[in-house]
Amino acid sequence: MAYSEKVVDHYENPRNVGSFDKNDQAVGTGLVGAPACGDVMKLQIKVGADGIIEDAKFKTFGCGSAIASSSLVTEWVKGKSIDEAATIKNTDIAKHLALPPVKIHCSVLAEDAIKAAIEDYRKKRAV
Amino acid sequence: MAVYLDWNASAPMRPEAAEAFARAAVEIGNPASVHAAGRAVRAHVEKAREALAALVGVTPERVIFTGGGTEANALAVHGFGADAAISAVEHDAVAANLPDARRLPVDAQGRIDPVAADLAGAKLVAVMLANNETGVIQPVAEIARRAKAAGARVHCDAVQAAGKIRVDFDALGVDTLAVSAHKLGGPTGVGALIVREGVDVLPLWRGGGQEKGARAGTPNLPGIVAFGVAATIAARELDRWAALAAARDHVVNAVDSARVGTILYGADAPRLPNTLCLGLPGVPAHTQVMALDLAGFAVSAGAACSSGKIAPSKTLLAMGAGEGAGEAIRVSFGPATAPEELAAFAAAYAKFAAGRASARAA
Amino acid sequence: MNDIATDRPNAPQRPVYLDYQATTPMDKRVLDAMMPYFVEKFGNPHSRNHEYGWEAEEAVENARKQIAELIGADEREIVFTSGATESNNLAIAGVAHFYKDQKDHIVTVVTEHKCVLDTCRHLEQEGFKVTYLPVKTDGLIDLAQLEAAITDKTAIVSVMAANNEIGVIQKLAEIGAICRKKGAFFHTDCAQAFGKIPLDVEAMKIDLMSISGHKIYGPKGIGALYVRRRPRVRLQALIHGGGQERGMRSGTLPTPLCVGLGKAAEIAKNEMAQENARLMALRDRFLKTVNGKLPEVFLNGDLDNRLPGNLNLSFAYVEGEGLMMGIKDLCVSSGSACTSASLEPSYVLRALGVEEELAHTSLRIGFGRFTTEAEVDYAADRIVQAVSKLRAMSPLWEMAQEGIDIKSIQWAAH
Repeated sequence: MAYSEKVVDHYENPRNVGSFDKNDQAVGTGLVGAPACGDVMKLQIKVGADGIIEDAKFKTFGCGSAIASSSLVTEWVKGKSIDEAATIKNTDIAKHLALPPVKIHCSVLAEDAIKAAIEDYRKKRAV
Repeated sequence: MAVYLDWNASAPMRPEAAEAFARAAVEIGNPASVHAAGRAVRAHVEKAREALAALVGVTPERVIFTGGGTEANALAVHGFGADAAISAVEHDAVAANLPDARRLPVDAQGRIDPVAADLAGAKLVAVMLANNETGVIQPVAEIARRAKAAGARVHCDAVQAAGKIRVDFDALGVDTLAVSAHKLGGPTGVGALIVREGVDVLPLWRGGGQEKGARAGTPNLPGIVAFGVAATIAARELDRWAALAAARDHVVNAVDSARVGTILYGADAPRLPNTLCLGLPGVPAHTQVMALDLAGFAVSAGAACSSGKIAPSKTLLAMGAGEGAGEAIRVSFGPATAPEELAAFAAAYAKFAAGRASARAA
Repeated sequence: MNDIATDRPNAPQRPVYLDYQATTPMDKRVLDAMMPYFVEKFGNPHSRNHEYGWEAEEAVENARKQIAELIGADEREIVFTSGATESNNLAIAGVAHFYKDQKDHIVTVVTEHKCVLDTCRHLEQEGFKVTYLPVKTDGLIDLAQLEAAITDKTAIVSVMAANNEIGVIQKLAEIGAICRKKGAFFHTDCAQAFGKIPLDVEAMKIDLMSISGHKIYGPKGIGALYVRRRPRVRLQALIHGGGQERGMRSGTLPTPLCVGLGKAAEIAKNEMAQENARLMALRDRFLKTVNGKLPEVFLNGDLDNRLPGNLNLSFAYVEGEGLMMGIKDLCVSSGSACTSASLEPSYVLRALGVEEELAHTSLRIGFGRFTTEAEVDYAADRIVQAVSKLRAMSPLWEMAQEGIDIKSIQWAAH
C-alpha cells in the first residue's frame, strides 16, 4: 500500500505530539479506539476563556494513517471555537490525506477523538 | 546434436526471455508482501500481464497466471464431468480432466463440423484452437457461437496456437482460453488462463488467495516476467510464423515428389504454419523416429506428454486413420529453423521412406 | 526500489531484506545451474524420442535424486509440483479423496499455513470431518492430544514442520511414531523446514512431505511432494493430463526449475550446519541489541525449537503497521506475506494465546544466507529508533508508564 505524501509528512513530522494535564479544567481529553483493534487515539484540547481552542496535543497507537489523521486534526482545531471544531468531518480528513478506502476508519476515529475531547471539556464546564 | 524439429513439444526459449528470467531471479520479494521489495516485484508481474493480454487481445485483468498450460486447461474445465462436450482430438490436458465428457467427432481432416456437433445440454464445450499433432485449426468461433447460444460455457485450449497464429479472444468468442509460455519461447513452468469478465473459475487448490483467488501459491515471478517478454516478441513475430507455411509446403512437395506413399494428415484443413503430421503406411512410428534421429533430425511420434509410451495417436484414430494412427510422425519447426535444414530433412525422410518401400517390395 | 533512506549517510543502497520466510533470493549457483536448460538444453523431458528430450530428462532425474537425498528418500518418491501450496493441496485433498470410502477424518493444527487450513475447510464442506488441534503457548502441539484425536477413521494427519510466522519446529519424529502406530498417514508441510533443518522420512516416519523451491534459494514456481512407496500412499490427482509424475501430477515438467530445486537442495545439504550456526549467531546478536535497548519486547514462540533465522517479536505499545512505516528501508513482515495485505492480527499469534493488543505489535524478522552482520546491526538500530519514537507518541505507552493497567479501561468497541 502506498501512502500519500501528506500521510508520510505527518507520520515523519507529527505535529503537536504530547499531553496536557488531563485534570486541568481548561483541558478536554478524548480517548477513542481500542488496543485490540489496533488503533487508540488520545486527543486533547486546551480551551481559552473565550471558548477558542488555544492548543491541542495527541498521542496515537496505530498505523501511519491513524497517526497522520490525529496529527492533522490537532492543526485544524487550533484557533477554532469548540462549536466549529465539532463540525470537522471525517470525510474532510480522509480527503485531505488522500486515504485509501481501507484507511477511512482512521479518519472516523480522528473525528470521534475531537468529539470526545469536546464532550469531556463540556462536562467539566457543566459541573 | 540433431536438427530440432520438435517445436510443438517445447520451443527454444528466446534469449531475451532467458535474460529477463535471470534478471528477475536475483530480485527479491514475494509479490504479496507489502514492503518496498514486494511493490517493485508486483510492478514487474503486472507488466507481464499486460504483455500477455496484448497477445490475445484482452485487458490485463482477464489474465490468471498458472504453473503451465496443462494447469490452465485443468483449471478451466475440471469439475464439469459428464456435463461437458469436448472435441475428440483434445489434448489430454483437457480430455483427462473430463473422462466422462461427451466426445464431439471430427472428420477425416480432423475438423469438427460446427453445424453437426451435438452441443445439446452441455454446460461446457471445449475445443482446441490448433491440434498439437496435426496442427489442424478448428472452427472455434463458429462452435463458440453455437455453444453460447445453447447456454454453454466455452473453453479453448490455445496452447499450440498462441504465438504461432493470431489469437483474438473476443473474435473467438470463448469464455476461457489456455496459453503456455514454453510453447511460444518463454520458460517452462508458466502458463495463463484468460477468463472472460463475469465467468467464475473453480480453483484447483486453495491457499493464499493469489490471482484473485483462482490460483493460490507464490507466483513464479521470474517465469512470469520471462513469459511477458516472450509474449511481446511473439506478438511482433506473427508474420515470421505465417511465412513458415511456404517452408512447410516445400517439405510436403519434396516428400510428395519422392512418391513413397506418405500421408499428410489434415492436408485439406487450415493448419499451423509450422506443423506436419506425416504417415508412412506399414512403418511403426517409433521406427521412423529412430531412423530420423540417426539421420540427425529430432522429430516426435505423437504428443510428448505421456512418459515414454508411444501409443497410437488418439487424434489420428479420431480422424479415422485406423492402423495409420501408429505410423505417423510429427515434424514441427520455428523461425529459427533454417530452410536448408528443412530441405535436408525432406531428403533424409524421402530416402528412408523409399528404402522401406523397396524393402517391402522385395 | 524507491524507498532508499537517502537521509541516512550509512544507509544501505537497497532496503535490507529480512523477510526470508516469505521468499529468498535465488542463489547464484542455482541460477547458473538452471540457465543452460533454458537456452541450449531446452528439450521437453517427456520427449523420449531424441537427445533433446533425453538430456532434459536426465537433468530432471538428477534433481529428483538431489531432493530425495536431503530427506533420506528414494528419488522415485519425489513428485514435482508448482510449489508447496499445490503440494499441500495434493497431499491432503489427494489422500482424503482416494481413501474416502474407508476414512473420512483429517487431523491438523490451528497454526498451519493458510493453504492447509483452506484445503481442510473445503474438505469439510465436502463432508469430511476435521480436527484442528490447538497449540501450547510455545507453539508446539500436545502429543497426547494428537494421539487422542486420531481414530480408525483418520486418513491423514497434517502437521507442519516449521511455522512460517514463528519458526517453531514441531516434534516430527514423535508425531510420525504416533501416526504410524494409529494407522494414519503423516503429512508434513516442510515449505519452511526443507533445506533448513535435518529431515529424515524414515526416522520421522513421514508419509508425505511438501517442499518449496523459493524458500531455499531455489526458483519460484517449483515444489515437490514426497510420497512414500512402502507402505504405499495413494493419491487422487488434482490435475490430469499427460500422465506425468506417475499420474499424480500432469503437466510438462519445467526442466530448469526442477534443476534449480535440485541444486538448491544439494547446496542446503552441504552447507546446512555452518549456515545454521551463522544464522543463530546473527539472531542472538540482533536480540541482544534490541533487548538491551528496549524494554517490553516479547518473543513469540519457543526459542529453542525454532528455525535458526526466524524471530517474531512483539514491541508492546507500538502498532505493527505503523512501525513498518517507520522502517521502510527494512523488508520485514507483520503477519505472513500471504495475508499481510489485509493486516488482520495474525491467527498464529492468537493461537499461541498472544493477546490481541500485543499481536498488533508484532513483526516477523527473518535472517538468511545473504544477511550480513552489518545489516543485522543496522536493522537493530533502526528498529530501536523507530520503536522509541513511536512509544513516545503512544497513549498506551504513556498509560503504562503512569502505572495504568490498560486492561482495566473500558475500551469502546470500534
